[in-house]
Order: sequence, then structure tokens, then C-alpha cells
Amino acid sequence: MPTTAPTAHALGDVTASDSTLRRFLHGLPGVDAVGLEARAASLGTRSIKTTAKAYAIDLAISMVDLTTLEGADTPGKVRSLGAKAVRPDPTDRTSPSTAAVCVYPDMVAVAKEAVAGSSVKVASVATAFPAGRAALAVKLADVRDAVAAGADEIDMVIDRGAFLAGHYMKVHDEIVAVKEASGAARLKVIFETGELSTYDNIRRASWLGMLAGADFIKTSTGKVAVNATPANTLLMLEAVRDFRAQTGIQVGVKPAGGIRTSKDAVKFLVIVNETAGEDWLDNHWFRFGASSLLNDLLMQRQKLATGRYSGPDYVTVD
Amino acid sequence: MASAFDYAPAPESRSVVDIAPSYGLFIDGEFTEAADGKVFKTVSPSTEEVLSEIAQAGEADVDRAVKAARKAFEKWSALPGSERAKYLFRIARIIQERSRELAVLETLDNGKPIKETRDADLPLVAAHFFYYAGWADKLDHAGFGANPRPLGVAGQVIPWNFPLLMLAWKIAPALATGNTVVLKPAETTPLSALFFADICRQAGLPKGVVNILPGYGDTGAALVAHPDVDKVAFTGSTAVGKAIARQMAGTTKKVTLELGGKGANIVFDDAPIDQAVEGIVTGIFFNQGQVCCAGSRLLVQESIQDELLDSLKRRLSTLRLGDPLDKNTDIGAINSAEQLSRITTLVEQGEAEGAERWSPACELPSSGYWFAPTLFTNVTQAHTIARDEIFGPVLSVLTFRTPEEAVAKANNSQYGLSAGIWTEKGSRILAVASKLRAGVIWSNTFNKFDPTSPFGGYKESGFGREGGRHGLEAYLAPSSPEGER
Amino acid sequence: MSTVDRLSVFKTYKLYVGGKFPRSESGRVYEVTDSKGKWLANAPQSSRKDARDAVVAARKAFGGWSGATAYNRGQILYRIAEMLEGRKDQFVREVADAEGLSKSKASVVVDAAIDRWVWYAGWTDKIAQVVGGANPVAGPYFNLSSPEPTGVVTVLAPQESSFLGLISVVAPVIATGNTAVVIASEKSPLPALSLGEVLATSDLPGGVVNVLSGRTAEIASPLAAHQDVNAIDLAGADGVLAKELEIAAADNLKRVLRPQPVDYNETPGIDRLTAFLETKTVWHPTGSLGASGSSY
Repeated sequence: MPTTAPTAHALGDVTASDSTLRRFLHGLPGVDAVGLEARAASLGTRSIKTTAKAYAIDLAISMVDLTTLEGADTPGKVRSLGAKAVRPDPTDRTSPSTAAVCVYPDMVAVAKEAVAGSSVKVASVATAFPAGRAALAVKLADVRDAVAAGADEIDMVIDRGAFLAGHYMKVHDEIVAVKEASGAARLKVIFETGELSTYDNIRRASWLGMLAGADFIKTSTGKVAVNATPANTLLMLEAVRDFRAQTGIQVGVKPAGGIRTSKDAVKFLVIVNETAGEDWLDNHWFRFGASSLLNDLLMQRQKLATGRYSGPDYVTVD
Repeated sequence: MASAFDYAPAPESRSVVDIAPSYGLFIDGEFTEAADGKVFKTVSPSTEEVLSEIAQAGEADVDRAVKAARKAFEKWSALPGSERAKYLFRIARIIQERSRELAVLETLDNGKPIKETRDADLPLVAAHFFYYAGWADKLDHAGFGANPRPLGVAGQVIPWNFPLLMLAWKIAPALATGNTVVLKPAETTPLSALFFADICRQAGLPKGVVNILPGYGDTGAALVAHPDVDKVAFTGSTAVGKAIARQMAGTTKKVTLELGGKGANIVFDDAPIDQAVEGIVTGIFFNQGQVCCAGSRLLVQESIQDELLDSLKRRLSTLRLGDPLDKNTDIGAINSAEQLSRITTLVEQGEAEGAERWSPACELPSSGYWFAPTLFTNVTQAHTIARDEIFGPVLSVLTFRTPEEAVAKANNSQYGLSAGIWTEKGSRILAVASKLRAGVIWSNTFNKFDPTSPFGGYKESGFGREGGRHGLEAYLAPSSPEGER
Repeated sequence: MSTVDRLSVFKTYKLYVGGKFPRSESGRVYEVTDSKGKWLANAPQSSRKDARDAVVAARKAFGGWSGATAYNRGQILYRIAEMLEGRKDQFVREVADAEGLSKSKASVVVDAAIDRWVWYAGWTDKIAQVVGGANPVAGPYFNLSSPEPTGVVTVLAPQESSFLGLISVVAPVIATGNTAVVIASEKSPLPALSLGEVLATSDLPGGVVNVLSGRTAEIASPLAAHQDVNAIDLAGADGVLAKELEIAAADNLKRVLRPQPVDYNETPGIDRLTAFLETKTVWHPTGSLGASGSSY
């Protein structure tokens, strides 16, 4: 069930100062990389068939943040994406819509029009995505612009340079400022797990993001070589589970980038199911940041419905 | 377990394996009936269905098998090592090819989940044959002298918990070093050994080099007592191991024993908690805890006991118990009614002695032999369940305050097979490992096996090592001037 | 069956570099004849640029190959033996032509070569146990020595033993995780080039072995001087060339295996395995539990 974030919780005094925050983050239990990856791989051997597979595919479709983040994006492209998000399968109207479309701030208005009247949300990247290398004022202006255009959700990037230099409070305060500028829009905080590099860092970033008020923690921008993996997502799901146990606050998780096949998506849902639990099996609390994944999900859905392997001619180019 | 995402049944098909209604003994390259015609039945422990009727070897059969092995030994030991190697490589490749079939067979006969036979047992079986195949022509480099010689005929008795893997651990090094073997599989799991005999046939292995004698404890006793057996290798209970050790006294037979254990899994306050929980679960619930090196005692630092147990209990509630052939099953059946009875008795003892028992909600199937994963807290060294090997999915949780106390409690056992150490601090791993009296120590992991890695125990867990270069030692004699035994 | 002899399809021999089969970038070929002077084929005459490209391919492949488990490498080497066994007839003909042997003598050679691959396949996961180990240092430290592959190795394959000798110098290099740039025998390169076909169908990642044919001195020189090559096996170099190459190799202190008389029929020792291994020794304090109160 969704919970609202109270201003004070069990861990409130952790963020009293830079040094208390550092001590807290560095005091979190370590992560054994081999063990973590083995657990993720083992969950990947679950065999999800028939009714379970149908459930997982529909759930996955409903969790997709259908994404276009290209320099070449035009209103035409974004309209096409929006239409697809609302009605993904031209051959089968029973397919769920996706959770959201995800675009750059200057495309938000077009996206809003394209999904108007549907349940599909508009998420906007912001804060000088993907690198996040700009002054705070610029990053906040980016956010306000997206919110003014009607964005329901903001996907921000943290300052990885500050994080890796150990300036945790700076990272924290930026997230707090962006949350404020987001107003009613839900805030997803992107860590860029590939750049943070170690699992210990990803665990620390997760707690840092949640302490700062993130509604979602998100793995990556999709713009670097290594994005979401079963292991880093497993780690983040452990973090949201433990955070809720300690504070009562539920935070969502969004793996993004590198999830291309239904098989991949189902593996992630198994990880959600057996780590954080069924409360997160809902698009209010779990999303896939993906583009080509949707067509593979639709083809798998068609196979389950018709018994025949499908092909690219039976799903749309968006 | 989440009900929103209900995993539908995902059964592995039985049709990949063809189990005949009956099997004979495998002696001198052929399947034959027992001399006295005796047979016994082997049963699937998850359903109690009879799988097949098996010939039961008696003393006369043991004698005939040993003679066949002796006869084959002359040629086999005289073959260049590179030729023996090629036979073993063939066997390894055929095992790989037939892995799916063998995994289903092993799951049916033993009761363990298909996920384990497919992902753990079978790959290790093939790897063992590959590894020892490569030693057959390199014995000069093994560190046992210039021209180490085989011992002769090996009598090998294996248990039911990892039937084909225990067969691989015994047969691969024995054959690589030039010995021939007579092997007795456990009475509740004879099938994979008999299929292995068929693989020997496919590989063109000369007859008599491998002989398989299904039977009960008396068959095993006759085999190890046979005067023309040069080497005895036994994996099984400590009680039987001691009996064999007594029997070997005064003979010239070389013996190795791999017996029971009561492994301590030590979790320090700075352990990587989530991975430690996985390690604890693997340690005691892998193979339904029917593992000699199981981490059956959890020694948790008292300061983190509550937190760890909360995480552990939460994790146990996602374990799936049921049909071993379902690919999503984590916990399969207990191997036999006898074993189930032993577990039940010890668990009742635990309760009677005041330990606190807990299991996750778990529906047990109506037929077959099943035991729910079980946790006992408030256990101390004085409890029976902290001392006796249960050989089932039952974890005893004890606490400690300091590293010295952890080591003292871990070592306070007649056993000494395995231990686990969970901490982020490397120097603590090495300090504690150096003090533990155990033959296999896992740090920040558990139940990891590899053909290159020696395995075996201290104290009453047995003696001798299987695996690695060390595993050759048991099957070799130093070279003699005459070059013969 | 036709009474007219069927015209055969000649094989065009190519180099084997980076898992692919290119011609020499120089476009040159040279004649390869059998022991009686009869033309067998035109073989690529590699240039220093081909050599350079081969080193690039070998370096690229090194991370993955040395990072694979020893078990995996052993499986692949055994697979090479399986593939060779299937092509026995082909190699018997090639070896007979290359070395002027009778078919039955060539068959013995090919059998020995296949068995040699099997021998090395069995070493991948054992050499560390034979040459590595814990060292009992006089202090509270855990100390472990392990062998690691040195990197990219240039191998001058023997000039005379064009198949058994070739395999005897190539297999030990890659068994331990190194990658190789192989210079085939100048006068008998064809079995080496054909070996590339076998390697390409054995799950061996591209670039682990690269086979070049041509004038030994011409391609060996830039390889001996190449700063991104870590070691060189001079088996196929005569005395004069060997000295020259050893001098060039000193510029980046390549590990050098000098030419020596070898009977390739005999079972090798482990020196070809250890020649291209570095020993890494790691120390780690073990601390103490201490009766006076643990520092832990």
C-alpha cells in the first residue's frame, strides 16, 4: 500500500551533519559481491510458465516507462511513443498500457497531449541528465520547467562526482532541493550504478537517496555501458525493504537500461517477489526503464495467446 | 511467500529418462542376477512409488566382482596413462551429454530438487571425471615420487545423499591412477550407479575395470572385508566408519573414510548480512541438510542475533517445498522413511531438552517422506541437537561473544569436517580459519565444491582427502624397484 | 562412378587472425612445395602489418581467455582434440605432403599431435597446484604464490616438425591462459594454417591463437621488438636469427625461450608451461586471537 513520507522518522538524526551521515553510510553492512551475484543468478533460474508467465508479462508491460531520450527526438517521435504507451498492441486491445512515457523536459508538453485521457503518466528526466554536471540553479530550473509543462514524475540524476569524492551531504541536499522543486511530481533518483562501480557504493547511495526523500531509487540513465543488472537491482530491493522496516516509508525501485527481453523482465519480477515482496509488485512501486523491451513483451504475450511464435511485423515501430 | 505472483507448476519431464523395471549387478562388463537371485526395490522418496527392482549382491557376487577387478587390473594398470586418460575423458563427455537424463534420474531416486541435480550434482560429476582424466598421464608431477604405482583393486562404498557425485569422487581418481574398482551404491539410491555402468559401456571401458554391486550394509561389509581388496574407501556414517577402521586393523589395506560432521557456520557482527543469510540457508537446507559438511550449527555473535534471526526467518518463508521434479522447488523429500524417523526423533529430543523450535508455514505433501525446514534457537553446546548429526533440514542456533569463544565452540565437537566464517574483515577470516579444526573452511560462502579442491575431515569426520592433487594420494603407492605392487 | 578423374577444388590458404581468415594485407603469397619440389599451394606471405594486427587481436583476447576458468580452458582444449580427431585424414595428408612422410608415418604423427592436445587439456587446472602454493613465512601472515599467464606470446613454430612440433609449442602457451601469435614453419606452413580451421570450430575465442605464414625472419623481427608482446618462443629460429631476436626482445624484457633440440615424440615436461607464467605472491595478515584479548 502506498504510504506518504512523514518529515520525521526513525532515522531523522542521521542527516544532522555531514559527519553523522558519513558514519551512518559507512556503517551499513558490507556487500559480498560474489554472494550477491550468486543469489541474483539463482533467482534467475526460477521457471515461470503458463499462468505465472501471463501474469508477469502483463505486470511487466504495466511497469514499463516507455522511453525516448535522444538528441534527435521530435514532437512526431514523442507523439508516436505516447500513442504506443497508451495502446501498445495493435492486434490486441486487452494489453495493458505502460506505466509512463519518459522524455526530456522540452518534450513534456507534447507527451502530455499524446497520453491525455489515459492512465499513462509523463515522466521527465531533469537536472542536466544524463551527466548531471551543471550548477544547482541550472538543475533546479530544468526541474521547474518540466513540472510547469505538466510532468507527473521527475527522474533526476545525483552528482556522482560529489558522491565519489565523499561529499554525501552535498548529494543529499541536492536531492532535497529537487524534491521541493518537483512539487507534487514523484521523484525518482538515478544513481548511475555503473559509475558508482561497487556494490557498497550502490547500497550507500540507496540509503542516501531514501533519507533525502526519494519516491523511487533508480539504477541508471541507460546512457553508459553497464546499466541495470539483476544483482544491483536485488541490492536496491534489499535497501527499500530494510528502509521500510526501519521507518515505515515505502520507496519504489526502477532498473533502467539493458533490459531487452521478456525473460530478463520476468527475472527482475522474481527478484522483486522474493526480496521486497508482493507490495512492490505494482507499477506504483516498480518500473522498468526500457524501450525495446515492450515489443518483446508484446510478442511473448501474443505467443501465450495464440500458441504461435510472433515476429516484428506484428508489433509496432514507435 | 507472495500470493500475487504465484509460480505455476513447472515440472521437468520424466520422459527424458527410461528406467527399466529391473536391473542386475554390473560385473565384468555385464549385467547379471545375483547368485542367490535376491532382489530389492528402490523407491521414489517423494511419492513412495517403486521405481525399479534391483539385484542384491551377496558374498558370492562380491567375490566374483573382486576377481573380475583383479583380472582387469593387470591390463588397466599397464596401459599408458594417456590411454587411461582418454577413457576418462570419454566418460566425462558422455556424462555431459546425458546430464539432463541423469539429473532427472537422480532426483527421482534420491528426492532432491531437480534444480540441484541439474545445477550442482551433474556439472560436478562431469567436472570430476574431467579433472582426474587429466592426471592419469601426469602422475610423475603429482608430488608422490617419480613413478607412483596404483594399489590394485579398490572396494568403495558410497552413501545416498549425492549418489552419482560420490561415485565420481571415488571412481575418477581410482581409475586415473590405474586401479580398478568394485563400488557399492547405497540401497536407497542404486540407479545412477547402474546408469553409470551403461556409460562405461558406451565409453568402451574394458570390462572388469568398473564393477557395480547394489546391496545393503552386508554387501558393503563383505566388500571391505574381502581379502583381495587392496584399498577401501568409505563415505557414510561415523559409526560404520569406525567399524570399518576396526576391521582394517592388522591388514595391509589402505583406508580412507569420509564420515559425519556438525559444521559450525560462524557469523560475526560485521558480516555482510544478506549474503550471510544466503550462506546459512545454503549451508543447512541445500540437499535438505542431508550433507556431511552441512552448516548445521549457526554460531551468531550475540550482538546481532535478533537482527540476523529476523532476516533468516523472513528468508525461510520464501523456500518452496514440494515435488522435486518441479523446477521451482527448493526443498525436496527426505531420502527414506528411516532417515525421516531419525530426524524426527532428534528434533523431538531438541524440544524435550528445551530448545525453541520454529518452521516457516509449510504444507507437506500427503505421500512421501517430508520434513519442513526447521530452526532451533536458544541452543547450547550441552544440547543433543548441538552435538549429534541430524542429517536433515534442521538448524541449531547458538551464540558467542568473542572470536575466541566462537572458535572454542566451533571446535568443541568430535567432528571436524567443515566450518563457515562470515565477516568483512580479511584478517579475521584468516585468523579464525587458522584455529578451526576442520578440513574445509568456507569464508563468506558455503557448500562450494570443485574437483581441484581437497575435501575431507579432521577427527571423527574421517581421514584422507578427496579432490585435488591430494586426492590422488589415497590410490597410489610409492614406486618400488620392482615397479609392481 | 565416373571413369574421368574428378577435378578437385584447391583450398586457398589464409591466415588465421582474430578468429577470422584474412589474406596478407600485403597481398603477397609464396610457393609451398612438398619434399620433392611439387607445388602444393601458395601461402600468404605475411608482412609486419599482419604481425601488428595479430598482436592487437591477441591482446584483445587476453583478458577474456586468462579470465576464463582453468576448467573452461581445459574443456576448449579438449574440444580442439575432438575436432582434430574428426579431421585426422585431412591432417595425415597435409603432414605427409609437408614432411615427405609415408601415410602410415604421418598417421603416427597426427595421432601423437591429437594426444598432445589432450595432454595439455588436462594441465590447465593442475599447473597451479604443482607450481603454486602457500609459503610458510616467519610471521602472522598468510602468503600464497600463484602462477599467472604473462600475456601475449610470440611463437616461432619449429621449421621441421610442422604439426606435432607446432602443437607442442602452441598448446602449452594457451593452456595457461596466454594468447599466441604463431609464425608457422616457413617451408611447411600448411598444417599450421589448416589448424586455424580447427581452432575456429572449437569454441576457442578469436584472437587466442593467431597463425601467420611467410618468411620467418621477416615477421619475427617486428614481433621480437614489439613492445606489447610479453614473451617469445624461439623454437623455429636458427642460431643467428635466434640471437638477433633475443637482442631485440630485451627492449621490453620479454621472457625468452631459446631454441633447443627437442624430440617432439617424447612426453614433454612442464617447462613449456612454466616458461610463460609469472608468479604472484600475496601477503595477508592473519592477526591473532590472543589470550590477552583479541584485537577483533
